[in-house]
Amino acid sequence: MTKAITVAGLHKSFGRTHALDGLDLTVESGEVHGFLGPNGAGKSTTIRVLLGLLRADSGAAQILGRDPWTDAVEVHRRIAYVPGDVTLWRNLSGGEVIDLYGRLRGGLDARRRADLLDRFELDPTKKGRTYSKGNRQKVALVAAFASDVDLLILDEPTSGLDPLMEEVFQRCVEEERDRGRTILLSSHILSEVEELCDRVSIIRGGRTVEAGSLADLRHLTRTSVTAELAGPPNGLAHLPGVHDLDVQGRRIRLQVDSDQLTAVLRTLSETGVRSLTSTPPTLEELFLRHYQDEAAAR
Amino acid sequence: MTSLSGLAGTGTLLRFALRRDRVTTPVWIAVNALMVLSMPNTLKSLYGTAAERADLLRQVRTNASFRALIGPLYDTSIGGLTAWRVGVYAGLLMAVTSLLIVVRHTRDEEESGRAELVASGAVGRRASLTAALLTAAVANGVTALLVTAGLAGQGAAGALSFGLGLAATGMVFATTAAIVAQLTESARLARGLTSAVLGAAFVLRAAGDSATADGGSAWTWLSPLGWLENLRPFAAERWWVLLLFAAAVLLQGVAAYVLAGRRDLGMSFFPTRPGPATGRLGSAAALAWRLQRGGVLGWSLGFFLAGVIYGGLTEGAADLVGDNPNARQIFERMGGQSGLTDAFLASMVGMLGLIAALYVVASVLRLGTEETSGRAEPLLACQVSRLRWAAGHLTIAFAGAALIMLLAGAGFAVGYGRQVGPILAACLVQLPAVWVIGGVAVLLYGVAPRLAPAAWGVAVAVLLIGWVGPALDAPRLVLDLSPFGHLPKLPGVEMTWGPVLVLLALATALTAAGLAGLRRRDLTG
Repeated sequence: MTKAITVAGLHKSFGRTHALDGLDLTVESGEVHGFLGPNGAGKSTTIRVLLGLLRADSGAAQILGRDPWTDAVEVHRRIAYVPGDVTLWRNLSGGEVIDLYGRLRGGLDARRRADLLDRFELDPTKKGRTYSKGNRQKVALVAAFASDVDLLILDEPTSGLDPLMEEVFQRCVEEERDRGRTILLSSHILSEVEELCDRVSIIRGGRTVEAGSLADLRHLTRTSVTAELAGPPNGLAHLPGVHDLDVQGRRIRLQVDSDQLTAVLRTLSETGVRSLTSTPPTLEELFLRHYQDEAAAR
Repeated sequence: MTSLSGLAGTGTLLRFALRRDRVTTPVWIAVNALMVLSMPNTLKSLYGTAAERADLLRQVRTNASFRALIGPLYDTSIGGLTAWRVGVYAGLLMAVTSLLIVVRHTRDEEESGRAELVASGAVGRRASLTAALLTAAVANGVTALLVTAGLAGQGAAGALSFGLGLAATGMVFATTAAIVAQLTESARLARGLTSAVLGAAFVLRAAGDSATADGGSAWTWLSPLGWLENLRPFAAERWWVLLLFAAAVLLQGVAAYVLAGRRDLGMSFFPTRPGPATGRLGSAAALAWRLQRGGVLGWSLGFFLAGVIYGGLTEGAADLVGDNPNARQIFERMGGQSGLTDAFLASMVGMLGLIAALYVVASVLRLGTEETSGRAEPLLACQVSRLRWAAGHLTIAFAGAALIMLLAGAGFAVGYGRQVGPILAACLVQLPAVWVIGGVAVLLYGVAPRLAPAAWGVAVAVLLIGWVGPALDAPRLVLDLSPFGHLPKLPGVEMTWGPVLVLLALATALTAAGLAGLRRRDLTG
């Protein structure tokens, strides 16, 4: 598999603020890559470096095999970008803006445009100033999804969409993946990332703290186990990798490091199990863990 | 009780508005006050003797186009001359200041969505409109105070009536703006429409004044700017005219509140019409033209009309200043040494060149608003290089300057009808200097975008040097700071290519340096 985006050791400061502090990011061709991090972590700065809008202080960045700064125009032919905060020209209609963006990229698929307008329930005749935040985002999304490009860079594209439109958005992303397009999706909506992304990168303070497939990441984390046992539990507290053990008579709840799950299950079955639920960690727990670490470190 | 609770929070909003305007409004006020208060000295040196003043009075009585431009002269005391010479223009400036303040704190706030957040607080339904009008009242009051105090030496009653008249004119257009802000959804349109009303008021006054020598025409009485001159400061003041202003402010104010009470926040009486579902725009240049074409059209129209008006004045210009050695000297300093008609033409064309510098700055800085608003970012993430994007706007800025100067020349051809070729050449020879100012704006924007608004400062400084410098007999060193000071004063003199070519090279270098900076720097936004 070739790489759509490779970023290594990227640094960027604005005055005394270090927005990026050695960030790494790899996006494989054809994947949907989730790009996560709390506000101010450097997601948008990374994206703007990748678009050649900002110049990195140091580090390497390649997008579609080219340099994002020097080859900006060639790269942009094959990219569609949706910013988190879409501003439109007040006296241009949504349809005019969609067509303009299409022509300024690799071209626009007219049938897909019509289909997307229909699915997003967007009125293209309204003027820029009369659209709500969600509708401005839809204008940019329709323009991006209808454009004939290889890579979509979406920076928190659904922050203004309602749940129905969020659903439409997710179907569109899946369709794009099925066509072999690569998508970098920066998002705060973890369920959306969990649903759509093959791999994720979590960044914090301008640095990558976690990257890999969701399965990989889960492997590094804890599973919650709730069980009702045949007798009083035995020796659970001393097992390595067990956390937050809570015993209420025969009912137990605990968190276990994923690689210690086998040992815990063996111990439980020795006592006898009446019922058992085990939940893999959600992305939210993953994310919160990193986020809380940061809050604690402050 | 309802009316009182409708005003809850007005005081807070007023303080907030004054704080937001703490730089812009004082600048407007200072420019206006300086213009008025510098006048007595200038006029003393221009019309020092009783004979010169009597001569001026006779000319204003007999020359209709002169009265159309400035207004009728009632009294030849220094106070009377001051009120005549700057009255209409100080009134215009006051009106513009006021309409900008009111629209900024009403429709601008609603359009941007900021008003929604404010309105959700413990703020009455009428508070924001009241605060906007009070902010305008503060600006007008301060100006009135400065003018009254500064001119008190010329006669207390005259100074007070002039100060009050200016403030009243400002408040009339503040309330006009308050009405228009209820009607349109866009702040820009609200400013445009109110300015159009102001322009109509100027035209009515000009038409009336060209017809009669005493400001008594019905046309003049239809215009608030006509009321200002009919207040007759320093010439047996007619205080009752202030009642007209008061009535207008009251009526318009009530209308604005009624309209505001009948609509929802953010809505208007002229809703935006839908646009086409598909677009034909296909390039950054086409987009730039679409965004700027309205402005270019307005400036073109304005320059053509100015050409027609100044052209029409040219015929009488020679008699106008012919007998006054001081005025002749000033025109010659502005416009060259050859015959008086040529000097007049050269100085009028030169003035239009200075104003074209404002156009070029406004047009170049469009790049800055596109960038800071975040609209440039997704565009530049398309297949559009920064240079190509900038080129679209800069072509409109630089070629547009050429277009409006050409149209000014065409206007002179219509209004004056003679020397068509030489006047056209005089218009075009302004361009290298205009482009230098444009180049300064490109350089500032390209290299230090945060400082880009300083280009306005440069344009205004050049305007002041060119406008006031000759009248004040400013030293050569100061006059030379302006690129316009180096241009040959066509049509009366020989064309000199040297300075023109140097200015062209300078404009090119400034623009190239600015573009190089733009290519290299981070995009803000």
